[in-house]
Amino acid sequence: MVIGAGVVGAACAYYAAEAGLSVAVVDRGPVAGGTTGAGEGNLLLSDKEPGPELDLALLSSRLWTELAGRLPAAVEYEPKGGLVVASDPRRLEALRAFAAGQAAAGVKAEEVAGERLRELEPHLAPGLAGGFHYAQDAQVQPALAAAHLLRAARQRGAELYLGEAVTGLPTGPGGAVRGVRTARRELAAGAVVNAAGTWGGELAALAGVNLPVLPRRGFVLVTEPLPRVVRHKVYAADYVADVASGSAALQTSAVVEGTPSGPVLIGASRERVGFDRTLSPEVLRRLAAQAAELFPVLARVRVLRAYRGFRPYLPDHLPAIGADPRAPGLYHACGHEGAGIGLAPATGLLIARQLTGARPDLDLAPFRPDRFPA
Amino acid sequence: MATSPSEHAERTEHADDPAGYDLAVIGAGPAGLAGAVAAADHGLRCALLDAGARPGGQYYRHPAPALGAARPDRLHHQWSVFTGLADRLAAHVAAGRIVRLAHHHVWAAEAGAEWRLHAAVGADSAGSAVIRARAVLLATGAYERQLPFPGWTLPGVVTAGGAQAMLKSGLVLPGRRVVVAGSGPLLLAAAASLTAAGAAVPAVVEAGDYLGYARRPGVLAAVPGKLVEGAVHGAALARHGVRLRRSSAVVQAHGTDRVTGVTVARLDARWRPLPGTERRIDCDALAVGHGLVPQIELATELGAATRPVPDGTVALRVDGHQRTSVPGLWAAGETCGVGGAELAIAEGESAALAIAGATPPRALLSRRRRLRAFAELMAAAHRPGPDWTSWLHPDTEVCRCEEVPVSAVREAVDELGAGDPRTVKLLTRAGMGWCQGRMCGPAVACLSGGGAQGADSRPLSCPVLLGELAAGTSEN
Repeated sequence: MVIGAGVVGAACAYYAAEAGLSVAVVDRGPVAGGTTGAGEGNLLLSDKEPGPELDLALLSSRLWTELAGRLPAAVEYEPKGGLVVASDPRRLEALRAFAAGQAAAGVKAEEVAGERLRELEPHLAPGLAGGFHYAQDAQVQPALAAAHLLRAARQRGAELYLGEAVTGLPTGPGGAVRGVRTARRELAAGAVVNAAGTWGGELAALAGVNLPVLPRRGFVLVTEPLPRVVRHKVYAADYVADVASGSAALQTSAVVEGTPSGPVLIGASRERVGFDRTLSPEVLRRLAAQAAELFPVLARVRVLRAYRGFRPYLPDHLPAIGADPRAPGLYHACGHEGAGIGLAPATGLLIARQLTGARPDLDLAPFRPDRFPA
Repeated sequence: MATSPSEHAERTEHADDPAGYDLAVIGAGPAGLAGAVAAADHGLRCALLDAGARPGGQYYRHPAPALGAARPDRLHHQWSVFTGLADRLAAHVAAGRIVRLAHHHVWAAEAGAEWRLHAAVGADSAGSAVIRARAVLLATGAYERQLPFPGWTLPGVVTAGGAQAMLKSGLVLPGRRVVVAGSGPLLLAAAASLTAAGAAVPAVVEAGDYLGYARRPGVLAAVPGKLVEGAVHGAALARHGVRLRRSSAVVQAHGTDRVTGVTVARLDARWRPLPGTERRIDCDALAVGHGLVPQIELATELGAATRPVPDGTVALRVDGHQRTSVPGLWAAGETCGVGGAELAIAEGESAALAIAGATPPRALLSRRRRLRAFAELMAAAHRPGPDWTSWLHPDTEVCRCEEVPVSAVREAVDELGAGDPRTVKLLTRAGMGWCQGRMCGPAVACLSGGGAQGADSRPLSCPVLLGELAAGTSEN
């Protein structure tokens, strides 16, 4: 029983159904109605420092390549590569050190001298100190990816209940979670997977356990459709520091990329403001200014729309993955912050392995859901 | 002779008033004009913003002075009402009580004790400005509701309002033989304007049955002005031999490079075409529209409460003083539910009086109430029947900007688990293009099974140059 029809829930359902389990997915909204539908579809290794999250991302990167061959082309998987640029020698030096650590962990990172950056990205601003090319960075259309993973799971027999909020987690002897309750039905299950994203904390609370998932708001700008002016995922080195920051204050560092449909997407802002959906012109201003700094040509391009979403954030920036020792029968697959699209397949596979008693591909200890003080 | 108001109101002052305005009015159509002049009458310093060049909005659209139109009033009812408002506006502009900001397209509003309106500025929207004010009156009007049908993307197929606009601003006809179709009172007005300008109108095809009006004669009798208006259109059409077909729709437009004819069929009560009733009408243009949709995203982005209107659209919820649920934000005219210019003027005036702290006269309040009741009655009569989608073909384009056919929307709903317009948009791109779903929104809402259209959500109300976004909105 998977709670959440976002990309993480979809991947859990996909791998569980593939492993031969009987699967149902329930979501209070539609497919991809939460963070998934508001994401850019980043499959990034470049922004992750060596450690458990990078290991998860490396596994996911391999799985996405595999999935790209199995899912329809409509999911728009593009192994376009990432380009991280540094404006001055000091930042380039920091980037160099960061990339060396990543390379040791298995990431392909290749330094690009300042004068050669425009061979990779012809419209990039002149005068940048240099950068790193990450060949494994890729992109997918997140809502379509979730929808097609779910469709594949349904073809293997998975059931889908949309528009039904989970109101309770019935328990059996010894307090073990035995299924889910919605306004319309009660569904019995041997295992319940919490893939509720930003609402994962509230769901955990239904089982009486603490999981401090908080929303971290982000805006994305979408331009008019353009010919390919941006070829890679391009961002400034400062982005890495923002991702790793736990600050509630606003941070912006433009991540710029083209899409197969034509529009250029510009992320990414981070701020902790609860679930406040109010448009912030100041955030848009900063994103626009940083994007134009990277690609001056964009200044004359029209922004057609903007959207916002809430990343499910855990205090140590690592997701919660695996069985919850405090609530037998309950598994967690949430708190992926802004990396959920990228980390979804590995998360789904690890959950399926654990559900079937198979040996996990990675050590799950760093992702233990009970690692936070109650 | 009627004079064009643009002759004395062309001046646009600098937007950035250091002290901020008492009131910023967004939209210079009937509601906004009436609101601005009434507020200025009561001593408020106002900014009147409009995306267009001249005041009047869509309803009182009129030719640029350079076109030298001798009789712009010929295409308008109640032109004298407009010139009256325009003269008062000119006097207030001259006295410095109203600053008219033409070509100011507001893309976002920031609420607060002091509001900040972010606008794209200029005919090409290449500049930007921030307008500060203590209160805001939203009078952004409405846009046309389109329901697609096979052939609706052919050249020669225009919107009913578009045909009116071509006539009113450029004195141009969309064709020589123009079928007018869809639903709503705009069709009769469009047909009357077209025939007055010399076009042949072989048929006005109205999908509703009009019986809705007759069921509540008391409401009709209370608004004689509307009866006169209808009678004027009806008489004009009869004189030109225009045939009104009720409970019928254009279910297909024919042609290769351009429309050459349409197929019209009778509809059942749920708007399903009745087999065997099809008939072909030759024409070189088709003007089609299904009424208007309130343009309210600036308010809904701020969380303003909405209400469903009987015509299937969503409007802002306002109290007896035109106050929205957002403190400091007022709304008048079509944003509160489509109801026509007369109602818009009454609401604009009521809002202005309330903002100025004056007591609106009882006559004004009761006129507004009568007109609003009539608008709700009209709205119910022109609500699209639930089965209109049965005239679509799988390859009929729903979203013209992103070229999304009906089959793609149905696949998203049937195969991919989309059950609401937002998810359909995410999975098909329908509504992601230039018009931001204004054209396909109602159709996508019906096809996604969600029934009525939800409130508009557009964080940016109009496209903005990235460079202006980057530079223009910082604090001074």
